[in-house]
Formats: sequence, C-alpha cells, structure tokens
Amino acid sequence: MKSEARIAYLFAMPWILGFLTFLLYPVLASFFYSFTDFSVLRPPRFIGIENYKEMVQDEVFWMTIRNTFTYVVAAVPLSATVAILLAMLLNTKVKGLAFYRTLFYVPSLVPMVALGILWLWIFNGEHGLLNMSLEKLGMSKPPNWLGDPAWSKVTLVMIAMWGSGNAMVIYLAGLQDIPQSLYEAADLDGARLVAKTRHVTLPMLSPVILFNVIMGMIGSLQVFAVPYVMFPNGAPARSTYFFTTYLFDNAFRFQRMGYASAMGWVLFLITLTLTFVALRMSERQVHYDRS
Amino acid sequence: MPVNIRTIAISAAALGVLGYLVYRSEDATTRKPVANKVTVLYWEKWTGDEAQKMRRIVNNFNASQDRIFVKMLSISGVADKTLLAASGGNPPDVAGLWDTQMTQFKDAGALTDLAPLAKEFGIKEEDYIPGYWKLMSPGGTLVAFPTTPASTALHINKKFLKPGEVPPQTLEDLDAFTDRISKVNNGKVELAGFMPAEPGWWNWGWGYWFGGKLIDGDKLTVNSPENIRAFEWVLSYSKRFGVRETQNFQSGFGNFSSPQNPFMSEKVASVMQGVWMANFIDLYNKELPWIAVPFPLPKDKQHLKGMNFIAMDTLVIPTGAKHKREAFEFIAFVQRQDQMELLCSTHGKNSPLVKVSEKFFNTHLNPYIRLFDELARSPNAAYIPQIGIWPQMDSELKNAFTEINLGTKTPKEALDAAQARLEPQWRRYQQQVMNKSITTAEAQP
Repeated sequence: MKSEARIAYLFAMPWILGFLTFLLYPVLASFFYSFTDFSVLRPPRFIGIENYKEMVQDEVFWMTIRNTFTYVVAAVPLSATVAILLAMLLNTKVKGLAFYRTLFYVPSLVPMVALGILWLWIFNGEHGLLNMSLEKLGMSKPPNWLGDPAWSKVTLVMIAMWGSGNAMVIYLAGLQDIPQSLYEAADLDGARLVAKTRHVTLPMLSPVILFNVIMGMIGSLQVFAVPYVMFPNGAPARSTYFFTTYLFDNAFRFQRMGYASAMGWVLFLITLTLTFVALRMSERQVHYDRS
Repeated sequence: MPVNIRTIAISAAALGVLGYLVYRSEDATTRKPVANKVTVLYWEKWTGDEAQKMRRIVNNFNASQDRIFVKMLSISGVADKTLLAASGGNPPDVAGLWDTQMTQFKDAGALTDLAPLAKEFGIKEEDYIPGYWKLMSPGGTLVAFPTTPASTALHINKKFLKPGEVPPQTLEDLDAFTDRISKVNNGKVELAGFMPAEPGWWNWGWGYWFGGKLIDGDKLTVNSPENIRAFEWVLSYSKRFGVRETQNFQSGFGNFSSPQNPFMSEKVASVMQGVWMANFIDLYNKELPWIAVPFPLPKDKQHLKGMNFIAMDTLVIPTGAKHKREAFEFIAFVQRQDQMELLCSTHGKNSPLVKVSEKFFNTHLNPYIRLFDELARSPNAAYIPQIGIWPQMDSELKNAFTEINLGTKTPKEALDAAQARLEPQWRRYQQQVMNKSITTAEAQP
C-alpha cells in the first residue's frame, strides 16, 4: 500500500511541481506585489496600500467595473437560457439527434481569437452579414454594432451566446438524469409542457443551473480575448474596456505590475463574494435530490 | 493496484520522449555554440518577408568574420518577452523593438547605454539625421540604433486631381479637395477625399500640424489651444460625412496590408502614410496612379514647413545581455552605409544616415524617396513624445479622439479629461520611476 502511495505521488509529482511553481508561487507573489510599485526590472518598492487607494480614485477602473458587471448581468442569464433551451430541444427524441448535438457543441471549440475575427466580419457595419440581412428585411439603418458605444456591449453579449455549447452539454446530462417517473406522475396530473418544465424540469435541473451560472459568472468576469481582438483599446470610447483588459494593459503596456496585481486581487475578492452570494441566495431555490 | 513492468516501461518511454522534446526545443532559444564562435542571440519583431530581408544582413555579417555568429529569431510580442527575459536574467543579446518603447524601457533600466561602445566603434551623432538621433537617445542616453526609419507624407490618388491641378498646398486646400470629390449616396459614404482617422496611426498627433505639442519640457500640454484646434479640425470631418455614416464607411475598410486597404481600393482619395506605402501599392495595386507630397499645413502655420512624423525600428542591447561587445559589433555592421542602404531599400524605407549614395536614390522602389529623405531631415519633423507614460498617453488620446468623433464630448472636454487623467500618472511616474521629487506647486493639477 505504501509503495502504491509512493508511486501515486511520483506520478502526481509533475502536476504538484507545476502547481507550486506556476500557480501557488505567482499567486502568493502577486499578493506581495500588490503592495509595491513594481515595473518588472527594478526591484519592487513597498508602498503600502497606495495601489488600492489609487484604484478607488481611478475613474477608468470604475468604468471597467461597470462595463464588466453590465456584461456579466446580460451575458450570464442569456447564455444560460439559450443553453437550457438547446439542451431541452436536444433531449427530445428526434431524428439525427447526434448530428444536432454535435452541431450545437462545435462552435464552443472555435479558438477565441479566430472567433473574434469571424465576428468582426459578421458584425461589420458596411459589409457585415448581419446588417446585410437586416437591410434585406427592410431595416433602413441597421445598428453600427462595432462603432457605436450603445451597441458594442450588445454585440459582445450576442457573441457570448455562441459559446453556449459547453453549458448545453452539462444541462443535457442533467436533463437525462431527471427520473422519468416524475414526468409520468405529472402526466397523470394532467400537466402540459409548460407546467412540466416549471414544476419538474427546472427544479430538478436547478443544481446544474447553479453550477453553470456560477461558472459562467466567473468566466464572464474574466472576459478578455474576444473584446481584446474585436475592440482594441476598449473602443468605441472605452465602452468595451473590461476589467481584465485594463489589468493586462497595466501589467504589460504601462509596466505597472504592482497596480495590476492589486487589480487581480480585487477581481478575486469580487468573484469570491459574488459566488458566496449566489450560493447563499440559491439555498431555497435549488432542489437537491437527496433520496 | 500492482504496478507491472509494462506500465513502468511505457511511463519511462513517455518521459524519454518528453525529455527529448525539451532538449530539442532548447536549440531554438539557447546560445548553442557554433564552431567555436560566440553566438549572439538576436530577437526580432519582424516576420515573413521583412524578417527575410533582415536575415540577409545577418548572413552578410556572419560571412564577414569568423568570431561571431548572430542567431536571428522572429519573436511575436518581442517587447514584452524581452522585458520579461531581462528581468529573468537571460535576455537576448540584441532585440529589434520600436522607437515608441525606448523611453519607457530606458527608464525601467531595460536597455544598455550604448554610448561607450559607439565611441569605441567610431559611430558619431553627426552620422545620423538629427531627428533619428533624438529617437535613438531618449533623455540624452544613447540606447538604440536604427534598422529602418521612416518619414511621412500625403499620398494622393492622381485620378482625383484635375489635369494640371496642383495638389493641396494648405490644410484648407485639402478640406476643399475633400468637399469637391467626396461622394455620399443615400446616407452612405462611397468616396472620401481625406479622413483624419485613416489609417489612425497618428490620431494622437494632429496637434503638431497646428503648432501644438503633447509635452513641453516636463509639462504635459495635451489640452493646449493648438491641440484643441486640431481636434476641432478632426471633428469637422466626422461632421462633414456624419458620425454614423463615417463609422459605417470605416468599418468597411480592409486591413492595411491588403488589396482592401481604402487607399488601394480607392475608397479614400488621399491618406497620410509613411515611406513604406510604395511597397504596399506595388504589392496590391500596381496600377494605382499616385503621388506623394508634404502633408499640408494650415494657412497660418506655414512656418512649420517640413512638418511630418518620423519614426524608426530599433536595435537595442537589453540589460543583462551576455555578449554586449559582440552584439554591438553586429549593430555597428548594420549601421554601415552599404548594409543600411541594402536593408532600407529592400524594406522600402529612407536611410537614417546623413550620407546617402546616389545609387540608393536612383534604384529605390519609391519614386518619391528624395522627398521622404528631405522630410526626415526637416528641423520641423516631429516624433512621439519621449515620455515614459507614452502608452497611457496614447490610450487617453485614442479615447479622446473617438469621443470627439462620436460627438460625446467636445474637443476641449475630451482633451481636458485626458490631461486631468494623465497629470497624476505623470507625477507618479516621475516620483516612482524617475525618482524625481515633486514640489507642492508642481503637484497642483
């Protein structure tokens, strides 16, 4: 047994070493750096809580918080709704189900940068497929998705739904886990689709919904690649300047690693708080089958 | 669970393959000695064709002597990687960066002072066009040498000039030219005579055409009257075409390096561009009839004649480089007139050197190379402010430019806001990075 444990640790050692070197140490170091003025090459200089104090007065920091929260509030519920609807559709007994499941999942495999370039052309104000279609449908002045601050975040929210495939697969697994007997009982009570969805599907799926919403929220708070590719410098007029983009700029463009580290810890605390709140708020709504 | 021999053998084989891959990957990044020569590791931002042309110079150097071997690698994100490698104590010996990073990198202590080596190799300030020398020595410290420099001019599609018409001589002429030839149909812009936002690389600098600056001594002057006037001129263009129409029109522009480039695809009749433009026209629209002229100045600013933006790609020796002397020997080789002219002509650029051969002018791909050379030498030539918070300034000015064009802020409001945000950042930078003590009077916004 002892020898088995030794071998198990031996095999786990590459991961353990990687974790200690590339995750734990940087995380702890970033906490220290968040109290310093640090520009990579010069030794960090301890400045106490100056970085955090500066953040309070930094209007761009608050703007990125607003932009990020707006995005989270819009993208997470919409993506969850789309993923649940798709999962419910794919949970029915129709012909070619495997094909449809693959079809809806494949988009979530497209690399983020490629996705950004693709959407740039779809949302292009002049030659974009979307606006051309809207014009064909009779809209004389379709929105300028990429250039108008009023539409730029809407564009990103719509793109977020494109990647619902991952969540959809998890919802689908959750749906298939719901006992058929519950639906049969609901049938006997004369329940129709809406009632069955409301009183059987959603309550039974609620733990999966909670999991996906929390994961979606964490992912959306860290939204980076697509806006970075599609909207350089947070354009137009910083309407798509998100928390992580500003953090990245501070670290690598402005060489303010100390400030960027402090921002990283603030994001961690925000994420932790929101996750805690979501878990507490969901206690009454989420139904765990403990039978 | 018993562990059998087969599992151990497979694991050992897998580790072996992994080890071999790690060992081989070392080849790409280390200074593996080449036949008793000192290997100088050179990281360059250029890729593709531009990198190949630089490689010719590297090969010439390697063939010119038998003590040093320069190993050139094209590296994406070279600036960040150089900085991080320097902080880790293992930077390349030479890095090919941009002039825009010189002040920030110098202040961060990332670059070697090259003055002693330059003196030893007999390279003097007088050898270089003054504007470029200033870019090489931010704050008076020589930290970089050029690979290829550039100057800028107004490029005009001749189709849109009447027979015998003189190209715009003043900014007002350019406005009139734009009004005359631009086409707007059913609210859609089909042709623009000129657009200040195209290609958008110098949006920060229009104030210079009106006599403005972004920094005067160590005082920020982002919201100076000249800069506000310049941004009002910029705004006149989005008003001319309409905010929404301009945005839609611009969103249809293809990449700079493509046949869909708005100048190449004849959507914009004139554009401010660098000396390199001839290369791209040759590549994507050979038939395009074009001329290059000095970018016009406002009527009341004609004394700024020769005003244009100059810039350059640089070679630096990062702090902590292992073979500084050998690295500089390579840099000095690139600075030789014959090598510099070879590199600049193949890249379609002008030369940064004072002395230029007639052959260079006569064989250059750009028919206006003499104009670009003249513009580079102009005492009124301008360049990005040599200030360590340039990335922040650039970000603020880009934002101000967009806000003004969208009509969400007036030029004064947008530039006042940019100035207000930059001032504390500049004070902090001076204190924390430059170790400058700030007096109470200076600290007042």
